[in-house]
Amino acid sequence: MSALAFEERVAEIAVGDVVAERTVHLTRESLVRYAGASGDFNPIHYRDDVAARVGLPGVLAHGMLTMGLAVETIVEWLGDSGRILDYGVRFTRPVVVDPESGADVTVTAKVGAVDDDALRIDLTVAAGETTVLGKAQVRVRRGA
Amino acid sequence: MSVNPELVGRAFAPTAPYLVGREKVREFARAVFATDPQHTDPAVARALGYADVVAPPTFAMVIQDLTLQQLLAEEDSGIALERTVHAEQRFRYTRPIVAGDELVAQLSITNVRPFGKGAMVTSEAEIVDATGAHVVTATSVLLIGGEVA
Repeated sequence: MSALAFEERVAEIAVGDVVAERTVHLTRESLVRYAGASGDFNPIHYRDDVAARVGLPGVLAHGMLTMGLAVETIVEWLGDSGRILDYGVRFTRPVVVDPESGADVTVTAKVGAVDDDALRIDLTVAAGETTVLGKAQVRVRRGA
Repeated sequence: MSVNPELVGRAFAPTAPYLVGREKVREFARAVFATDPQHTDPAVARALGYADVVAPPTFAMVIQDLTLQQLLAEEDSGIALERTVHAEQRFRYTRPIVAGDELVAQLSITNVRPFGKGAMVTSEAEIVDATGAHVVTATSVLLIGGEVA
């Protein structure tokens, strides 16, 4: 990480700049781990029989796991997660996690808007070719 | 039973205080694939000016969930978990949640509007610390499917 303060690092930032990106490989173990950590034990996130019974294409990742790992992509760049003023998403498509091959979730964080006090970071979050979150936007404080 | 529009404006009791533990924050950080040490190393968090490890931004959902349990427990709500889809989520922060915080959430239903055979319900949780100071407001939009005839 740069030794420069955040406000200096973003002095020349422009709309469209990519500030962070990563791919996270989810497995069934990831879902069980998130269930335990969050307390969300809805069985559609770990039982194929329940997922099939309610008409889902397979066991799904928790939407909040996808939302949570997406924003964590920018925390090292921010330096301090306390810069986050606002974070919102729409859950548009499910992430199906195959029992053997899992699922790859790719996050790209791009500058969506710049003003004097804050930056808007737009997160593109996809499983394979499918975008799974809509309007995933993080507003971050620019100043000290 | 369809979603009860009278939920809007109903008064709910504040949730019991939730004490944020350091190991819980570490466990949650690992679960959301957090890589920054501010979530796991107290020394790093202190260097940033926090009293202890900083919870990942979406940890607020753990507290908000207590209010969603309250909503589901309302006998006349018309909301059944198996017909509920999480459509949108938003957090507005005054500051991040930090280990050691004792947090209380206040539920309010700000909107119920018909959507197809069901309804869109906006559920808000205002989360404050032990001094009563605002920490984060968490807002969920829930899509409640209509009953299968």
